[in-house]
Amino acid sequence: MSLNIEEIRAMFPVLHQEVNGKPLIYFDNAATTQKPQSVLDALTGYYEHDNSNIHRGAHTLADRATRFYEETREGVRDFINAKETAEVIFTKGTTESINLVASSYGRKFITKGDEIIISTLEHHSNIVPWQMLCEEKGAILKVIPINDRGEILFEEFDKMLSDRTKFVSIVHVSNALGTINPVKKIIKLAHQVGAKVLLDGAQSTNHLEIDVQDLDCDFLAFSAHKLYGPTGLGILYGKRSILETMPPYQGGGEMIKEVTFAKTTYNDIPFKFEAGTPNIADVIAFQKALDFISCFGKANIKKHEDELLDHANIAFGQIKGFVPVGTAAEKVSVLSFNIMGMHPFDVGVMLDANGIAVRTGHHCTQPLMQRLGLEGTVRASFSVYNTKKEIDQMAISLSKIAKIKNK
Amino acid sequence: MSSIKEIQDEIIEEFGILGDDKESTIYYIMELGSQLPEFPEDQRVEENIIKGCQSKVWLTTVENGDKIKYLADSNTDITKGLISLLIRVLSDRTPQEIIKAELAFIDKIGMGNIIGSQRSNGLTAMIKQMKLYALAYQAKQNV
Repeated sequence: MSLNIEEIRAMFPVLHQEVNGKPLIYFDNAATTQKPQSVLDALTGYYEHDNSNIHRGAHTLADRATRFYEETREGVRDFINAKETAEVIFTKGTTESINLVASSYGRKFITKGDEIIISTLEHHSNIVPWQMLCEEKGAILKVIPINDRGEILFEEFDKMLSDRTKFVSIVHVSNALGTINPVKKIIKLAHQVGAKVLLDGAQSTNHLEIDVQDLDCDFLAFSAHKLYGPTGLGILYGKRSILETMPPYQGGGEMIKEVTFAKTTYNDIPFKFEAGTPNIADVIAFQKALDFISCFGKANIKKHEDELLDHANIAFGQIKGFVPVGTAAEKVSVLSFNIMGMHPFDVGVMLDANGIAVRTGHHCTQPLMQRLGLEGTVRASFSVYNTKKEIDQMAISLSKIAKIKNK
Repeated sequence: MSSIKEIQDEIIEEFGILGDDKESTIYYIMELGSQLPEFPEDQRVEENIIKGCQSKVWLTTVENGDKIKYLADSNTDITKGLISLLIRVLSDRTPQEIIKAELAFIDKIGMGNIIGSQRSNGLTAMIKQMKLYALAYQAKQNV
């Protein structure tokens, strides 16, 4: 099916505005995607009609809000093909999901001398929680190296694995470069030495079909706001057998079965990990974002995004001084680059003056930038509502900017 | 030599000609940056980097009688342009003039809108550092 992009664009009110006197071209989708009207309506609709605290309420509104909230949990289960809804935990973002695992699973099961493996491509949110854990436990953090195209060296990973490897936490798709990692192979090898695997799916869940049972990952962390949903909402998927062995992450309401001053018994999963009043409105609105994706089909969305990436590679590739960063064979629609002789910040500010929103800097991947010998990059990332015409417009602006230093 | 206020008025007038055209304004700022005098290589050291800027900024001073001359550089052209404006206003002045200078031109030319809030913080850090140099120089004069 070929998508009608104009029809899709009409669903996103934010796109229809001018920035600095030019029509907005939004190419910062890897940072956050825009939200369709249905998500915005669900947010206001919840507060207008259903606002109530969920679970345990004896009244109609509480019951309705609870039902909608739990319907999203089922929607997420279906979205990632988890076995059951109890394996879907709502958090405030990918970062919190990873921290939850590092804190709860890590504190209980990681001990002195154990090894945790991450890769050079990781976002800071999949580095720092593990560094903190390693520091606390005397465990060792190992890092899979990459080649100059931004692909992990699989054979190096293979060599790193041993009976000391207890955990592998790896990004599915690199936020800075768009590289798709061969995670299924990684998970399989890690499991052979008995290690558990967390996938950072912040940048993959919006582009790739995700089936946690087929992948066999132990945990998957991702964020709603990169999937056309609201900010402040993340998901942690975990296998029941593992989640049940983990201690709670935070204490409070919702996560208990019974509290006395002598002892507290904890609730069952997923509620054990959802202490306090959750982000009800955003969870409920997120279902509309999932509906949006399933309405158009992830495969169709990806096909369109891939075409945009190919088009951008050709259009920008002709610009004198354009240097692509991250040229992996398997990529999603993220195009990182530099302009010779220019700082990425300056390129970003000049693109903004032309109404074009991109991200510049280290993209929260400083170790990756150090490996590539760069201060940062300019990153254009494309989504379903972007068009080839917008890319052509950016190519014109970029060409003018590049000429300042590349005559 | 024109007063701090007169130079600021000149800058406000120059930017006024560019109007609301953000693109032309940025090109102009970069052009100003390219005219910044060469920064001495031996001063490109960690101690001279201003903390609080997203891009790298080096700042140092040369004493010129009772006046302070500023030398600065950055790895980004827009930031170089911003520094060149500050130098144009504050360099070759006495510490007393620098300390009490009110830099109204920054708001008047709408710098916050041009460079964004993060870079504005960097600009504030640069001004603070320039004033700190002046305070240190004044303290030394009073010994």
